[in-house]
Amino acid sequence: MKKRLLLNKIVLMLSTFSALIGLAFLFWILGTLMVKGLSTMHWDIFTNDLVQGGIRNLLIGQFIMALMATAFAVPLGMMAGIYLREYSNNNKLAMIVRNLSDVMMSAPSIVIGVFVYAIYVDKVGHFGGWGGVIALTIMMIPIIVSTTDNMLSLVPKEFREAGIALGGSKHKIIMQIVVKAAKVGLTTGILLSFARVVGETAPLLFTSANNQFLTFNLNDQFPSLTVSIYNLATYPDQASKDLAWAASFVLTVIVLVINLGGRYITRNKD
Amino acid sequence: MVGKLFKDFSLFSAVLILIILAGIFSILYVYASDSIHQFGFDFFTTKTWVPGEDDDGGVFGGLIPIVGTLLSTLIAMVLAVPIAMGIAIFLTEVAFPWLIKPVSIAIELLAAIPSIIYGMWGLFYFAPIVQELFGGSGVGLLTAGIVLAIMIIPFMSAITKDAMNTVPGVLKESAYAMGATKYEVIKDVVMPYSKTAIIGSVILALGRALGETMAVAFLIGSIVTLPGLITDPTTSIPVLLANNFAEAQDLELSSMYYLALILFAVSFGIISFAKFYFLRRK
Repeated sequence: MKKRLLLNKIVLMLSTFSALIGLAFLFWILGTLMVKGLSTMHWDIFTNDLVQGGIRNLLIGQFIMALMATAFAVPLGMMAGIYLREYSNNNKLAMIVRNLSDVMMSAPSIVIGVFVYAIYVDKVGHFGGWGGVIALTIMMIPIIVSTTDNMLSLVPKEFREAGIALGGSKHKIIMQIVVKAAKVGLTTGILLSFARVVGETAPLLFTSANNQFLTFNLNDQFPSLTVSIYNLATYPDQASKDLAWAASFVLTVIVLVINLGGRYITRNKD
Repeated sequence: MVGKLFKDFSLFSAVLILIILAGIFSILYVYASDSIHQFGFDFFTTKTWVPGEDDDGGVFGGLIPIVGTLLSTLIAMVLAVPIAMGIAIFLTEVAFPWLIKPVSIAIELLAAIPSIIYGMWGLFYFAPIVQELFGGSGVGLLTAGIVLAIMIIPFMSAITKDAMNTVPGVLKESAYAMGATKYEVIKDVVMPYSKTAIIGSVILALGRALGETMAVAFLIGSIVTLPGLITDPTTSIPVLLANNFAEAQDLELSSMYYLALILFAVSFGIISFAKFYFLRRK
């Protein structure tokens, strides 16, 4: 009898201890970032480009690539999700697409970089912002598909029936009733997937590569915050390391704010 | 007319996913074919990675990066599985109700932090500690494995927690009514009920760990030698690709594609296995 209770205590303590380990690492990493980031940050890094020791062009470049990827991935991913949920009647194709899209979501991002190198960089003969955009788009599509699929499945069948009763055509019912009803969840999904791709490094390393200067030309090598962090952190001089910390801090703040913002929208709804 | 277009476009978007996947496989295969023809399956057992004179020819084998990938993933899994299970149990069975939400969000934020940040933090703050405790140069298999574990824990515990939450309350209450302790309920009711999803989440996390690039790139040491000790530096497939892909040419480049193909095929296989057998979505 006593042994059972003791064992119970031990297991519950171990489980609490695991949660503490998880939290400890979160605070350790965030704490380090805060201390290092705030001590190395100057406001001039937001007005200077990498060539003058700032991150202005890097932030702009990273956002342009992530936003362009969003512009491609959202319509494609949403339409695929709409096909799965509204048109397919859960046929064999839908089953395959749904599961393979989930598989693609976990595909190694570096391999997507290699793929884009082959179909873009190798063909045009140089690195370019479009390569980064294509790579991020490929990463983002499955996330949007899965979100759309899940969110549309939450819309009650009666909504669609009401639309049919009103004589609406199928695509109008989908766009004006079903998608509208799922709007909040979809927005959250898009924000979370944006937060995920905006912090990606591996698919950009040899697609968009990096640029010390500000450019808006996606045919050029394109400035990237994450690729710069990777480079700067391994340079021997302290100034580069400091800039890498400041950039990491800015990147993490952006990612976490978008992430929490996305969650906050859905929470309000409940 | 608009309706037809809309429907066709949605079908096209769905099929596009299959096209991209097939495209990745076939492009990688085509670009890797020089290396595949040259080295065949010996590629898996050859440990030399030496370009020939004037970038002509050379001998390339994937043994070291493959072993590095497997070992760092193994270390990560050994550490991550028990802790992730513990966190999931804590969140479903142990924690006070008011604690569940903030702790879940905190753990999920840990998953949202970009991997490059883990790498930076690991290199400057964690590697010195590993060096202090276990010797070696600080960067190497062990450091990479531990940080990799920290990265996959939130992912694994989130899926496990969701699976454990699906256990019907009645089942647990019946066990409690029989006088079972919390541990017995977890072991004999919760675990068996959510077994398949838990296994699925572990395999899925394994697939992620295999392909993780940036955190490992900072921490594994990035040299092409077989590790003798657990603290020795070595390399992994993603890291070798990240560091050397852009400069490689001819046969070396083709061998890089070969490595990418192997990595993609393995993680594709593992993740599909997890999805189709354990986490199938209706």
